[in-house]
Amino acid sequence: MSLSDTTTFTRRLDDLGVRVATGPADACAELVAAAAGEPAVGAPLDVPEASLPDHVETDPTTADLRAAHTGVTGASLGIAEYGSVAIESDRTGTEPVSLFVDRHVVVLREDDLVPDMPDAFAWLGPRARDESVDVVFATGPSATADMGGLVHGAHGPKEVHVVLLETESSRHVEDTDE
Amino acid sequence: MSSDVDRAARLRELMTTEGDAVAENTRGFNAGRYESTGRLDDYEALKAEARSIKEDAIERLPELVDRLTEQVEANGGTVYLADDAADANRYVREVVDERDADRVAKSKSMTSEELEVNEALASDGVDVVETDLGEWVLQLAEEAPSHIVAPAIHKSREAIAELFAERFDPDDPPETAEELTMFARERLGELIEDADVGMTGANFIAADSGTMLLVTSEGNARKTVTATDTHVAVAGVEKVVPTVEEFSPFVELIGRSGTGQDVTSYISTLTPPVDSPVPKFDSDGNSLADGSGDDREFHLVLVDNGRMAMREDDELKETLYCIRCSACANSCGNFQSVGGHAFGGETYSGGIATGWEAGVEGLDVAAEFNDLCTGCSRCVPACPVGIDIPWINTVVRDRINRGEAESSQLDWAFEELVPDEEPGGLDLGTRLVGNYATLAEWGSRTAPIANRLANAGPVRAVLERVAGIDRRRELPAFADESFVDWFDARGGPAVSAAAATREAVVYPDTATNYVDVDRGKATVRALESLGVHVRVPDLPGSGRPPLSQGMVSTAESAAENVSSALSSHLDAGRDVVVIEPSDLAMFRREYGRLLDPDAHERLAEASYDVMEYLFGLLENGGDPDALRLPGTADGPGSSETADTRSGVAYHPHCQARTIGVGEHATAVLERVGYDVRVSDTECCGMAGSFGYKADYYELSMDVGEPLREEFGESDRVVVASGTSCGEQLDALCGGPTRHPVELVAPPK
Repeated sequence: MSLSDTTTFTRRLDDLGVRVATGPADACAELVAAAAGEPAVGAPLDVPEASLPDHVETDPTTADLRAAHTGVTGASLGIAEYGSVAIESDRTGTEPVSLFVDRHVVVLREDDLVPDMPDAFAWLGPRARDESVDVVFATGPSATADMGGLVHGAHGPKEVHVVLLETESSRHVEDTDE
Repeated sequence: MSSDVDRAARLRELMTTEGDAVAENTRGFNAGRYESTGRLDDYEALKAEARSIKEDAIERLPELVDRLTEQVEANGGTVYLADDAADANRYVREVVDERDADRVAKSKSMTSEELEVNEALASDGVDVVETDLGEWVLQLAEEAPSHIVAPAIHKSREAIAELFAERFDPDDPPETAEELTMFARERLGELIEDADVGMTGANFIAADSGTMLLVTSEGNARKTVTATDTHVAVAGVEKVVPTVEEFSPFVELIGRSGTGQDVTSYISTLTPPVDSPVPKFDSDGNSLADGSGDDREFHLVLVDNGRMAMREDDELKETLYCIRCSACANSCGNFQSVGGHAFGGETYSGGIATGWEAGVEGLDVAAEFNDLCTGCSRCVPACPVGIDIPWINTVVRDRINRGEAESSQLDWAFEELVPDEEPGGLDLGTRLVGNYATLAEWGSRTAPIANRLANAGPVRAVLERVAGIDRRRELPAFADESFVDWFDARGGPAVSAAAATREAVVYPDTATNYVDVDRGKATVRALESLGVHVRVPDLPGSGRPPLSQGMVSTAESAAENVSSALSSHLDAGRDVVVIEPSDLAMFRREYGRLLDPDAHERLAEASYDVMEYLFGLLENGGDPDALRLPGTADGPGSSETADTRSGVAYHPHCQARTIGVGEHATAVLERVGYDVRVSDTECCGMAGSFGYKADYYELSMDVGEPLREEFGESDRVVVASGTSCGEQLDALCGGPTRHPVELVAPPK
């Protein structure tokens, strides 16, 4: 991760119509609350100091998933040059939570940004070989042009919001810039 | 004989019913491709990387398939290697039967279309639902895809709205794209929830891990896999690449090349069975994370169906590098006009479809649409893995010619005019075009009679009936003095070798030599004004016309003749200046397939497009004031009219653009002071002889329509460097169309 990756990443997300909120890990619940609609379901986050707001149901039933407006999940990786986030399937239901909803709120650590596509596949290779991971690189909302015009939300989410968690090092860089 | 009323009528019908929607969408994709690939730091390097991965993978395919099988099995999945479609379908039916499935949800897969697995499953009473919105529309309409990436590209929004209203009779019929999409999302969402088996294709599969990659935008493939406990993926064996890391260049290229998206919304990289719980939609009160993911099954069906034989076929092998991006369809003038329902076979469509259909289905299927590739070559730079798609079309055409060759009674009458190397019995229209060089020489010798005869009504009727030459086309008039004879008669070079900066041979291509001598004369004047010692020897035809008809042996002899005739000039260090871009493209590109590598390289390196050559002379200190400047008398190309216009409308020749010499004319014209507007239309539609053929006349005019819209009302001088582009622009815009050299050559 470098400062320029963050700049590139947020600019790409902006092009894609994805809203970004940035803050420290301990502000995660607040940022997610602001981004999420209701009802909301989620998959537990695996980020130190970061938590989800109480109204996000992190052990949803299938009925909860069906009824949910928003799904909140973490992302394992971000690709700066493309504005993509890596959604990794797991037993808690990250994949369905990110997919069967109208709005997907993605929590990503700035530290997990890589510059470009080859970096993402260099990361994926060993994990696919050793751990058989299933990862979707998602870029913006679900989209189709099959019905005579570009429409978001063909099968998957109509909107994507990214909550980008700053790391100590990047906050330090910003401080010295000021 | 070649003229086939049914074919022309079928194309006319498609242009009327589907042409507008196809044209708008494919041209949009094509423009998007230029923009999106233009944003890459090094597009060419990325394409080269992708190409070399495919070369390596196909070379090592048997070994990679073994490795992949081990990996998938180690992950807990099953691999079935199917010999053909019937074998693959039998296996899929067994899996579906064992799962006791009533419904299969499917995401878009061309391989599954090739197998016709939907029909196979339906015959067992299984409900197969296509979940890609475009595929679903086609399933409802009982139509076939017209494009490999956007299957319902031929259907307008209005037609889809009508279809939904008719099929579902909703209270509040959806009309806008948004409403139609949400209507489909809701219906399909319910159908996916109830499905038992999910079927997908795979864009790439990594042998080192068993990871499969899916390129999608809607999210239906994700839902198809997640919502069902049994995942069946069908993929051609050629989809295997060695490692996960090697996915990267393809992910960067596939969306950009196809629909002009930098990347599609979802790149799924699955190493199945996937690690998600299976949502229980029928008992939805339980926790989503109930551990049901443990019950997931995965079956990978790798399909041969002719591919391993293609791998052994030196000419068709490259087809296996194809990543189904659709760039060759979108960049193709003919495809833009008619779409995949005409320019396609049983499954695949666009330029590369000839290779797929020849390899998977057979020559007879490829023969149905192979004519629609004119060899314009605009797909060559567009292809992300650098497949020489026109060459595959040429080779398949040659095989079709040879297969169809039966002796015909008419042949004896034309033997002298059509001295080709192909077996007797070849279609007469093919032979007349293929032997155009001989025909033109004869026409020029007897010009007054030949010209009068050629355009006379009764003769045109016979030409149309017997040789398939459309009577609505004006035939080019033969000159009564050839370019070579003119040059001799004027006393040869005006600049002596001793006084010259360079020495050049101007290649008297068939069109310049016998039809459009003025552009030859202008070339000589332009080169001499910049101090070049010019020769115009009598040289053989390049072989372009026979090659365009798939007459590879005849083209090969022509290449050898040209190479040996130019040999002494090349030895003497002379440059070869070519006026007709399709002939220069032969020397530089296709001769690589027809000559030995050394001979090809020597000729290719010494050959220049005339405008490229002038550009080089000016770059090296040549004086632009020695050329004709705009605003001066003795107007473009003719001493008869004083044309002082300084605005130029220029259509670069398709093959010239492919070999990278389309822009030099613009640079030279601007250098001497013209204001140049350049068209971005890929091909004018004439494409050599294509637009003369009765079957294709109307299509050819339709392909040229964007040029008419762009240049038809313009008060600029219309210029084009190809002879056939000139004929087409004359027909579209009224003419006369000039070669750019005629605007810059000093007056006589």
